[in-house]
Amino acid sequence: MSTEVPLLNVQIDGVWMQFPKGTKVIEACSQAGKFIPRYCYHPKLSIPGNCRMCLIEMGMPKMTPDRKPVLGPDGRPEIGWIPRPQISCAQDVAEGMGIRTDSPLVKECRQGVMEFLLINHPLDCPICDQAGECRLQEFSVEYGNSHSRFLERKVKKPKNVELGPRVTLDAERCVLCSRCIRFMKEVAKDDVLGFVDRGGFSTIACHPEKTLESNYSLNTVDICPVGALTSTDFRFKMRVWFLKETKSIDVNDGLGCNILIGSRENHIYRITPRENNDVNGNWIPDSHRLNFKYIQSEERILAPTVDQKPAAWTEATKAAVAKLKAAGKLAMIVSSKLTNEELYLAKRLATALNITLHDTLPRFETPDGILIPSDRNPNTSGARLLGAFTKEPGAHLKEIVEGVRKGTIQGVLSLGEDLLDCGFAHEDLLKLKALVVTSILPNASTKAAHVVLSGAAWAEKRGSMVNIHGRLQRLNKAVEPAGESRDDWEILRDLLEATGTVAALHSIEDVFRSMSQDVPAFAGLNLGKIGDLGLQLLPKQETATVTA
Amino acid sequence: MAYTVRRPNLTFWEKIYLPNIIAGLAITFKHLKKMLKGETHVVMQYPEEKWDAHLPEYYRGAPTLVKDEHGRERCVSCQLCEFICPPRAIKITPGSIPSESKFAKVEKFPEAFDIDMSRCIYCGLCEEVCPEQAIFLRKDYAVTGESRADMVHHKEKLYELGGTMPDLVHKWNPEK
Amino acid sequence: MELLNTIPWMLIASSVAKTLFLIFLVVLPIVSYTVYAERRVSALIQDRLGPNRTGFPISLFGFKKDLQLFLGGLGQPVADAVKFLLKEEFTPAHVNKFYFWLAPVLAMVPALSTLAVLPFGNYLFGQKMVVADVNVGILYVFAIASIGVYGIVLAGWSSNSKYPFLGGIRASSQMISYELSLGLSAVPVLMIIGNLNLSDAIQYQIDNGWLLLPFTDGKLTLREFLLWIPVLISFIVFTISMFAETNRLPFDLPESETELVAGYHTEYSAMKFALFFLGEYAAMIAGSSIIVVLFLGGWHVPLLPINTLESSMTPGGIALGFLHITAFFAKVIGILIFFIWVRWTLPRFRFDQLMKLGWLYLFEIALVNIFITAGIIALVK
Ligand code: SF4
Ligand code: SF4
Ligand code: SF4
Ligand code: SF4
Ligand code: FES
Repeated sequence: MSTEVPLLNVQIDGVWMQFPKGTKVIEACSQAGKFIPRYCYHPKLSIPGNCRMCLIEMGMPKMTPDRKPVLGPDGRPEIGWIPRPQISCAQDVAEGMGIRTDSPLVKECRQGVMEFLLINHPLDCPICDQAGECRLQEFSVEYGNSHSRFLERKVKKPKNVELGPRVTLDAERCVLCSRCIRFMKEVAKDDVLGFVDRGGFSTIACHPEKTLESNYSLNTVDICPVGALTSTDFRFKMRVWFLKETKSIDVNDGLGCNILIGSRENHIYRITPRENNDVNGNWIPDSHRLNFKYIQSEERILAPTVDQKPAAWTEATKAAVAKLKAAGKLAMIVSSKLTNEELYLAKRLATALNITLHDTLPRFETPDGILIPSDRNPNTSGARLLGAFTKEPGAHLKEIVEGVRKGTIQGVLSLGEDLLDCGFAHEDLLKLKALVVTSILPNASTKAAHVVLSGAAWAEKRGSMVNIHGRLQRLNKAVEPAGESRDDWEILRDLLEATGTVAALHSIEDVFRSMSQDVPAFAGLNLGKIGDLGLQLLPKQETATVTA
Repeated sequence: MAYTVRRPNLTFWEKIYLPNIIAGLAITFKHLKKMLKGETHVVMQYPEEKWDAHLPEYYRGAPTLVKDEHGRERCVSCQLCEFICPPRAIKITPGSIPSESKFAKVEKFPEAFDIDMSRCIYCGLCEEVCPEQAIFLRKDYAVTGESRADMVHHKEKLYELGGTMPDLVHKWNPEK
Repeated sequence: MELLNTIPWMLIASSVAKTLFLIFLVVLPIVSYTVYAERRVSALIQDRLGPNRTGFPISLFGFKKDLQLFLGGLGQPVADAVKFLLKEEFTPAHVNKFYFWLAPVLAMVPALSTLAVLPFGNYLFGQKMVVADVNVGILYVFAIASIGVYGIVLAGWSSNSKYPFLGGIRASSQMISYELSLGLSAVPVLMIIGNLNLSDAIQYQIDNGWLLLPFTDGKLTLREFLLWIPVLISFIVFTISMFAETNRLPFDLPESETELVAGYHTEYSAMKFALFFLGEYAAMIAGSSIIVVLFLGGWHVPLLPINTLESSMTPGGIALGFLHITAFFAKVIGILIFFIWVRWTLPRFRFDQLMKLGWLYLFEIALVNIFITAGIIALVK
């Protein structure tokens, strides 16, 4: 702690405080509880200082001719105020600095900036998707005037422009903060956006012959402080104030980006990134955030089936265990998309059914160099911890397939995977005496299965996963499972009890507790302790092999 | 804090009730007599007699949707009324206006707009909140139906009841 | 054979006929129309109209207009009855089933039974117009009427729910209290008449003028005039106690809807509830009948000739017989309307006021009244 950055004394609205050197004034004020309105400043992007919304009054200590600060009666330096306002976003704190965030000058400045911004702004709020989370609306209420003095005709700019496949631009609403430009250049490394024209006619546009098609383009919609950039997918679907936001994590890859699921009345409308500087920062790939439609697809398996006929849950679980027990030698394929709790129960189920041959399906692809790692399974690390596979993921798949082909293995339990993906051929499935699968969507395996158990999708359940960096993170339930479907842990618990084991697990907390007793890595933890931002479970290095 | 109510000092005749009971009976009898002689007319014989002509301007009957003088649906489905509605009677499915439409400029319209009249409490908050002057409480009060489904006013019904209201919002009109 | 011959077939047949006539042609219609009158009178008192349009909703089946079968709302009691019959017969799960079902019966039957000894007319078709002309008439009435409270208490208790329970408790204490003054206030009348038979009570009034209006026989002696004072006191006490006995406002605490939802019948629905309802009104009719018999000359109409057993078969006698019956029920209806009128005039008593009134005033007044009567009877010849 001794090599720490030095602390500097700063006076904010008359109160002296200390901030580490290098803190931006705008951040220092926020930390002091004095929020400074801003449009262009974004902590993860470079600072252009072009919106002027963050103006404050600033001053430095008065100096005596021999460069000593003049001390006031309280022993603190007296401040010589700079007679014009300064922008707080581009300024670092300095020793003895004075800041005023609510002086009459500052208030007037903000009013002025707001008035200028609104001169050409359309009266679009009723049809603007940003309404409800729009900085312009919020600051207008808080710092602006309630009326307009502008009598001239407003400048018209292009509206409803498709900047790219997923982003729609309304140039009239743009406040020219350039956040989107900087994001594309600095974070997405795809410099496609820029300003054209001058003065009141300035407009955001794509560079000639380019479109905004990066896999990170929707992040510009998130950071755009106004409704200029809107998501084509979410456009006009639902007003944001109706959305219930559930903190969860993304399951499309091994990173597990932190997200918010926006849902209303059991329907998911959008997914937005949630800040977690240890995982995904403020961003998330478009492909991941839009990949939720299948959860509410018409295809969903809504109830369990036995021999392809709908059945009640009690019958289905009994039939599943009976068929597996009758089949002879068994193998189990577990998906690395399952939560830790489910993997743990799967392992216990394997023991109860005497299954020694089990494996997961690995999914490795080329990483995109920004957020998407090579491992596209969200919980490979969890599967390793909980022994879902032995040695390396997928090492035994071949053996299982061969066994089925030769007829030595006559029953397969597949938890969340389509067996055709695992190397089976369609005829192999027909050879099996017992095929029990859990799934949320129909596939070749469910069509050939003797018992299908309809599980819950990731947005419909709670649970935990370990990401490629060994971070334990939480999934939360945003919507109810479709139809009769049930949480997978409940299905596994019932299967386990049907084998004759007394599980005594009544909630996901019970499962976690039981897991924390059996698996040393989880000792002393519970779902509550994981927290919204997750918890580093394994040292970062150790899991590097998983990302191979 | 305890507060002692002072009891009135009653006279003997008041204490034995009977004269007052008789006085009360006389009062009620007077009313009865006047009703029988047709001198009081308080109650209206509803379906035959109606108060419609006297309904004040601010009368809050069934909420309806209105179109403007160009036949444009005023509502842009901003869903503020859905948000404000205390009993959650309103359900809106927003949609985009196709670019070839004459009103493409407005971009957004309600694909479906349902008001469940068995929930509506005629509070008028929807009318008050609407930024587009699209929803008005009109004077229709005889809202009946034989099932719950009947009590839901769909968009067509709402426009049928609402009709046209010219000259309220000009911002979407084509520029001259 | 012997046994069969001893059975008085004729008596049984005539009694059954009289009972059926009384209950189905007179009392039940009066009951249902009292309910209707209650609604209309209350409406008129409150400047409303009340039920004034009842008919068959044939427009439901595609006709243009609904069919109004009766004038105004006179069909309302029929509609009410049909409604009660068609409603779901619901018995809550937590009740004590046997008593729950027994209670409405107990509320209805005693009220109707009291009518058995009431002479509602003179002679008709050679029959005395009373079902059972027993010598202990008035005692029988009090005995049976007091059973009525069991219906209410049972309903309150078996419902197994707090409001009915409170209603039941209130009913029992109220009825027991007021039965005292009811009985005591009738004593002076019986002392004057000198007989418990109700037919004789009427006969006495025919001979000496109605008790409450002693001049109806055309003369007013000093004794009659002096006796009129205790009779008036008796009448007032008796009427007030009658209100309390029948749970009418201002004494309807057992079902006071502002405090107890609906009191003892909160858990009842459909026909079981209707039985309570009818029982209450039947009790009102029984009570009014007793008042009429004891104080208002029963079926007697001054100046109208009185038919005899023999003349009751002739056309003139039959007409007279019907007139007497009509006169009786006209008086009863008058009292019923008074009941209704009072109900819509007075506010409800508080329970302590009710008890105080019963025990500290009415009881004493009735008691003292007996001595006054005795004194007058003894001293004034
Ligand atoms: S950007 Fe904000 S202020 Fe502008 S129309 Fe949209 S919601 Fe309204
Ligand atoms: S589109 Fe949005 S983010 Fe981009 S410059 Fe305009 S206001 Fe800023
Ligand atoms: S508030 Fe007005 S414009 Fe908005 S959805 Fe309701 S009716 Fe439509
Ligand atoms: S009048 Fe009130 S209750 Fe009815 S729809 Fe409008 S806001 Fe809802
Ligand atoms: S936030 Fe400082 S200039 Fe925009």
